[in-house]
Amino acid sequence: MANPILQVENLVKRYGDVEAVRGVSFSVEEGEVFGLLGPNGAGKTSTVEVLEGLRVPDSGRISVCGLDPQKNAIALKNEIGATLQATSLPDKLRVGEAIRLFAGFYKRTRNVDDLLERFGLEEKRNAFYNQLSGGQKQRLALAMALVNDPRVLFFDEPTAGLDPQVRREIYDIIEELKREKKTIVLTTHYIEEAEKLCDRVAIVDHGKVIATGTPRELKQRSEHTSRIEARFAKPASKETLKGLDGVVDAREVDGEYVLHCQKTAPAIVALVKHLEAENNELVSLEISTPSLEDVFIELTGRRLRD
Amino acid sequence: MKIILTLAAMRIRITLRNKAFLFFSLVMPMAFFFLYGSVFAKGNPIVVRYLLGPVIAMSVMGTFWGLSAQIVTWREQGILRRFRLAPVSALSMISSSIMANLLLILPTVILELFLARFIYHVTNFGNVLSVFVLALSGIAAFASLGLIVASVTNTMQETQIINQLLWFALIFVSGATVPVPDLPKVAQHVALFLPATYLVSGLQRAMVDRASIFALVPEIGCLLIWAGLAIFISSQLFRWEPEAKLPRNAKLWAASTILPFVLLGIWENHNGKLLARAASMMEERPADKTAAPEPGTPPPAKNP
Repeated sequence: MANPILQVENLVKRYGDVEAVRGVSFSVEEGEVFGLLGPNGAGKTSTVEVLEGLRVPDSGRISVCGLDPQKNAIALKNEIGATLQATSLPDKLRVGEAIRLFAGFYKRTRNVDDLLERFGLEEKRNAFYNQLSGGQKQRLALAMALVNDPRVLFFDEPTAGLDPQVRREIYDIIEELKREKKTIVLTTHYIEEAEKLCDRVAIVDHGKVIATGTPRELKQRSEHTSRIEARFAKPASKETLKGLDGVVDAREVDGEYVLHCQKTAPAIVALVKHLEAENNELVSLEISTPSLEDVFIELTGRRLRD
Repeated sequence: MKIILTLAAMRIRITLRNKAFLFFSLVMPMAFFFLYGSVFAKGNPIVVRYLLGPVIAMSVMGTFWGLSAQIVTWREQGILRRFRLAPVSALSMISSSIMANLLLILPTVILELFLARFIYHVTNFGNVLSVFVLALSGIAAFASLGLIVASVTNTMQETQIINQLLWFALIFVSGATVPVPDLPKVAQHVALFLPATYLVSGLQRAMVDRASIFALVPEIGCLLIWAGLAIFISSQLFRWEPEAKLPRNAKLWAASTILPFVLLGIWENHNGKLLARAASMMEERPADKTAAPEPGTPPPAKNP
């Protein structure tokens, strides 16, 4: 950690008796895309909203661009840009006006026309906010987050509730920002998003960071080295599959068997032998390295989107 | 300052696009104007001038309604928190509210004077400077009332209930619909505690008695002190987040803004000339008693 632009130490945030964030620590390097991955209610939004200065932490040390979000609120707001989860704009505000309005709040600003063009909003320049689709609203939110050319960007669940095609559009935008070496902190409960976009990921559950690393590191840290997805001619018993040499866990999803293996080669041999003995046949077989989803299940015992 | 101007300009623009606002700030005041002018004053210029005070006062007082509703809606919908993400302070939000309202309501007041001149041939508006200073102080004061309402209510429903109650008190016990001298004795004394009463009587004194701004210092001063207090307190109580809780002592703080009017009310009740003046202004009208608005004037049902 040579020179982190953002540091969080032991952050705690309570709402009444509920402890939403219970001692979260992490740091982000300049130019890095850092993901907070976890299920809804894990404390991701509370964490980023404390970093943005929108919420007051109960305890913990926070530094964003060398500033304390509580003590240097205005200075911090000039350095950051963000998209929020629960937010909106006045219905009768036009797209172009919204960007120009927010540009008026900062000393350092980007060109409004460039932003409209970059986010594909030129045609919608004169549309009212309440006439926009979900994807257009999100692109406007991203454009507004960039209006002050911020050093750190926070995207809270940038693709939640959007359809797959729009989600890919948003990914393209974030990947472009990544190429420009923008520092980005994003929260998500989509594995795909974290794997695709993030340089490093912190897995968050019940208000705590339970693992941090690059997606690859996290997957390697997993005790399962591989995952076998197979279809058989006849149904097989999960329990027997679980007992095979090298296999740690076996599940059945829609007629497909997913085996988590510690040792891949012996597991395959054992599986083929078992099928032969049972007079069963292998219809298809696919071997893959574990996904972040597998890592999450392994760490928490739950699926991410339960 | 630049931020306040930017915000005020945006708010004027989107408020003008709001049909409910146009109805309540233009159509309704005009309906009152013509009701008072043609029905109650029967087009008599001297009576129209006397009734112009209540008409302008009602346009001015209505400010609190739209403003409180807008702030509460913006808070509920998470619009305010988007502004908070930018370097926008509570005070800029509040100042821009007042500024936008001054610029939005003043044209209605000017239109009313203009129409009185050309439709009802009122040639003498008394002390016009006093009329404008009072109208501006009144808009600032009643916009601040809207801010206080927005600070102490949590949901749009609560806001609308409080607004209805306030509106009834403001128009019925202030001389805006029923002249103060026609109110029951108890209500007359209550009226002396209401800012609306001072706005109505101040406007009438400016137009009928040609009262100068110096003669109207208590009225103007009280409205402005009230506005100042309300701005300060609402900036302390300003809530950006929909789920933000109201501090326990907030309502007490908000209630303390009525202090200048409590003092003025006590003073007027003891040594005041306001009641006497209001009675004499009513006497001076050439028209008979029936020219005064009837107590049963239908209340405007505002529901932006």
